[in-house]
Amino acid sequence: MEVVQSHRKSSSNNVIVSILPLYRSAPPLEVRLEDFEFFAIDRLRVLKGISDGLCRGKKPEEMEKLVLDLWKANMRHPQAVEEVNKDIISHFVLRLVYCRTEELRKWFLSMETTLFRHRFRWGSSEAQRALMSEFKLPYKAVSNAEFESLKDKLGQVARSMGQTLAAADAIFYKVPFEEVPDLVAGRRVFIHKGHAYVAINQVVSLVVTQFRSYLSKALILTNRKWTSTIREQEKDRLTPIVEALCTSYLGPDYSQQQEFGEISIKDIDQVAKTSFPLCMRHLFEKVKEDHHLKHGGRMQLGLFLKGVGLKLDDALAFWKAEFAPKVSAERFDKEYAYNIRHNYGREGKRTDYTPYSCQKIISVTPGIGDHHGCPYRHFSEENLRAALVRMGVSSRAVEDVMDKVLNRHYQLACTLTFEAVHGSSCDAGINHPNQYFIDSQRVLQSKNGSVA
Amino acid sequence: MTKEEADNGRDDMVIDVPGQANAVPDGFNANYLRIYYGKLFPHADMFKWMSYGNDGKHPGCDKSYFGRREFSFTLENDIYIRFQSFNSVTELENSIKEKCPFKIDIGPVYSVDPAKRHAYAQSGDNVFTPVERELVFDIDISDYDDVRYCCTGADVCLECWPLMTIAIKVIDTSLRDDFGFNHILWVYSGRRGVHCWVCDGKARRLTNEQRAAIADYFHVYKGNENSQKKISLPGLVLHPFLARSYTEVLKGFFEAKLLPNQNLLASEERYEKILEMIPDASVASELRRRWQENKRASMSKDDINIVRWEQLKSILQSGKQKMQGLRRCVEEIVFSYTYPRLDMEVSRHMNHLLKAPFCVHPKTGRVCVPIDPNNCDEFDPTTVPTLSQIWAHNSCDVFTWQLLEELNRGGLRQDAENEWDRTSLGESVAFFRTSFLQPLLKSCKEEIENSYNAKLQQSKNDLSW
Repeated sequence: MEVVQSHRKSSSNNVIVSILPLYRSAPPLEVRLEDFEFFAIDRLRVLKGISDGLCRGKKPEEMEKLVLDLWKANMRHPQAVEEVNKDIISHFVLRLVYCRTEELRKWFLSMETTLFRHRFRWGSSEAQRALMSEFKLPYKAVSNAEFESLKDKLGQVARSMGQTLAAADAIFYKVPFEEVPDLVAGRRVFIHKGHAYVAINQVVSLVVTQFRSYLSKALILTNRKWTSTIREQEKDRLTPIVEALCTSYLGPDYSQQQEFGEISIKDIDQVAKTSFPLCMRHLFEKVKEDHHLKHGGRMQLGLFLKGVGLKLDDALAFWKAEFAPKVSAERFDKEYAYNIRHNYGREGKRTDYTPYSCQKIISVTPGIGDHHGCPYRHFSEENLRAALVRMGVSSRAVEDVMDKVLNRHYQLACTLTFEAVHGSSCDAGINHPNQYFIDSQRVLQSKNGSVA
Repeated sequence: MTKEEADNGRDDMVIDVPGQANAVPDGFNANYLRIYYGKLFPHADMFKWMSYGNDGKHPGCDKSYFGRREFSFTLENDIYIRFQSFNSVTELENSIKEKCPFKIDIGPVYSVDPAKRHAYAQSGDNVFTPVERELVFDIDISDYDDVRYCCTGADVCLECWPLMTIAIKVIDTSLRDDFGFNHILWVYSGRRGVHCWVCDGKARRLTNEQRAAIADYFHVYKGNENSQKKISLPGLVLHPFLARSYTEVLKGFFEAKLLPNQNLLASEERYEKILEMIPDASVASELRRRWQENKRASMSKDDINIVRWEQLKSILQSGKQKMQGLRRCVEEIVFSYTYPRLDMEVSRHMNHLLKAPFCVHPKTGRVCVPIDPNNCDEFDPTTVPTLSQIWAHNSCDVFTWQLLEELNRGGLRQDAENEWDRTSLGESVAFFRTSFLQPLLKSCKEEIENSYNAKLQQSKNDLSW
């Protein structure tokens, strides 16, 4: 089978490594178990970032930059060989993860194809040509003589698409027309005697189609192998990792307070109004109103407050005070205090529980009397609109948010809410309530020069 | 031949066919169909065509090929049987003669004999799936009802038939010059349209996606009764395919034939349809005003349609027009009236069934004869032989007929050929053979040989250390 193209030299002048693997076959490398997981997580950050960018309707130029930044941030390695290995290993691990259902396969195929397209485009033209020969694409560069004879027609095609045929575009490739169905269908190429004359910028489409088609088939095969042998064989080693990977939250866990240190009990009311995301605002309002919260709500809000910087003693005081109209001090100490201490890692197995990410919060379904979960998902349209208006979101922004909600992009809805309330953009998107809080405080601090 | 000749011929002889009246009704007739299948339908030629050279004579031939082709028959009373397959010309011929189908459709070549399809599960590697199928097109003149005033629906006459001729020219040229196909058969559909069969190996092996791409390449007319703007030609210039179609075929036809024959600008009702296509209201009003004034005047001997068209062109194409949408307006009008209107669905999928050439149309009795794309201007659908005409012309007594049956069963075809010769069907069959079948088979043989030799070479290479 094919060996990784280790004979290719990487240009040290290029910022970007010119080696773009095609993932034709799993590499005969030994991988440490930790790397198995960590590499995959890094690549998943890139893919999820791409997914986020596409959902937000970023333009092609913005996507190009985003993909480049994501790659540099997560997959870069000073040594080219190491980078290529990580690239390949992470791809194959994620294949295992994302081959398992039709929906997962579709997502993975779409993201990997987008990633591939951008990485191909930013390669040098030699790298591109080399890659095309790897695909065994039956193309030939058009000779100068032929180009001269066809120049008029090629120019006509370009102008019919509102483009011009610059001298730089004199590089054309001759491919059997059936290799470029998209270009033929849109009459975006000149065809003659069964050959399509493809401009260099259209070549990307050629290559990407091949990549996509290959990966699509490979995923089906991988799924078969997974179901028939791998999953069982690896049930004590790789399988748990694989199954956890696609739902993993990939950001910071906010279990340690960072920049803002402590928030004391008297600050909570104020910051709740300005910097809490809707889910936590809602819980907070409810606890004030009802003087009670059920278990799910206590966990979600309690851990969030811990992440925000509320110390254990202050937390105990807070909940006790809020519950006081309904729960006596003795009963509180007996029934509720233990859990709060447990959350802070002071009881039992002393796990320092991490505040819930958006992914986790969205996945729960609140029952009757519950107020936790993600309001963008569970509130009725009427209630959601009212809540947004109370937060100070303009009516136009409310429409944008509702549009995201209708399309089930709950985190994007929350992001748009953040942007509307704070008047500044949140490019990274909201993935965690504590991230919302920290970003909010940052924005407010930079505006007011003080803790809001 | 004329009706007189037929009548004279009949006076001299006795036609003794069971259940047959003396009068020869026009059009379709089931008994004539039986005789047609018995004597005139070119079974052997169809078999040779569908075998694509796999006649077993060369070691590289695929003997299962013909048997994996689907045929479907529509019998009397609209009984429809699919997934018919045959392993030899005899099986094919006997089945047709026995069942006497009112319509024969040809489907794809499948991965396995269609008769055995149920043995193959849906999933897994052994699927029952099409593997080869000609690239086909279907153009129907009833799709042009909004631009022809002489006929509607299933009717066709010499005034509007040229729309089909135009379509053939545009598509045929493109299939050959642009796509590089060579083995193309155009067939009259028997009533109101034409079919196209592209039979090159490359065409037969196209995937659905690739077929859709070719159909989309040809897809310019995008209309239905609800859309107002059916042709949109953006861009500073036209794609070479569109430009060539316009200058070589569409423009000339529109201006010299369609415009005057269909009186497209002669009356208000008709010229309004064209004025509607002009995006600049002031230009449209200007023309409307002029034409309303000139209703009764006959200023010149020239056809009023042509005069008005010149006026329209000169306003729209004058340098003064800056508006974006006007740039291509003249072309858009010409395209919307004349550009081929293909049935996209027919071409997109490998498993689409299409009527076989040399069938007889059940409603008209006309034989689906091939059309020569190089001489399509001369094709006249109203003179295509019908079953009854063939039979009447083919006058012979029972004795001769039975003799022929004997000879036919023995595989001797000479007399049948003589039969053909006496009818215009003979010309059609001859054309089919010389222009289409023979070059196709020659090319297929070469392909089989080359592929076989390549495999031999490959296995030699594999064996070498």
